[in-house]
Amino acid sequence: MSEMSKIVKTISNIAFPLVLIFGLYVIAHGHLTPGGGFQGGAVVASACAMILVAYGSVWTMKKIKEKHLSLFESVGAIGFIGLAFLGLLFGLVFFKNFLLGEGLIFSEIGQGLSNINTAGVLPLMNFAVGLKVIAGLFAIILVMAYATNKLKGGEN
Amino acid sequence: MMSKRNIVGIFFFLVIALLFVIAALTTHEFGHPEKSVIPDMDDHIIDNTQTETGANNAVTSVVFDYRGFDTLGEATVLFTAVAGVILLFRRLKK
Repeated sequence: MSEMSKIVKTISNIAFPLVLIFGLYVIAHGHLTPGGGFQGGAVVASACAMILVAYGSVWTMKKIKEKHLSLFESVGAIGFIGLAFLGLLFGLVFFKNFLLGEGLIFSEIGQGLSNINTAGVLPLMNFAVGLKVIAGLFAIILVMAYATNKLKGGEN
Repeated sequence: MMSKRNIVGIFFFLVIALLFVIAALTTHEFGHPEKSVIPDMDDHIIDNTQTETGANNAVTSVVFDYRGFDTLGEATVLFTAVAGVILLFRRLKK
């Protein structure tokens, strides 16, 4: 997939941070508004796919190695399972919501729709799953685009 | 005229359609979550999701708290898909 014209690159540069912020908002407010880790991660990954389409797979592969994306995905998966095991450690149940009502972060019980400091361990799981989905989907897209480019024998 | 296979197919079509109609008639009335014909799991979730999980979003509380194992399996599926794709295309990178 070769790089596209200057117009497409400029529009992508303008749109990329907006889409990125929207995706991160969906992830961070997963316990308040519709959405969550999977949906926000898909939004951010599609923003990265837009950059990939505009700039070409070789340029993107120079900037972000898929090795690092695999690392981020593993960190998200380990964070998710680790939070579940922390529930086993502190609350004697796997997937126990151990932060709820303890006075630490995210510890309030949710009354009022805009209180972000609620829901215990759910926002942290949203962050973990969001990181995992961002890195996983973008790794798939990047590797497939790069391999298609190689198979066609294109230069960039 | 009609083969045995067609008769069996029509029979199962009618049975499954009847089950769908029964399921549609026994759901909540639209906009009235308290009027349930059959008391079910959803009543419990709608009533207690704020006090039990602390989350305002009932869908997130179901996905990450009540059915956390489902999300764990989903994340595992995604992990396996990514690992498979990277493994498949690794040879073409060099």
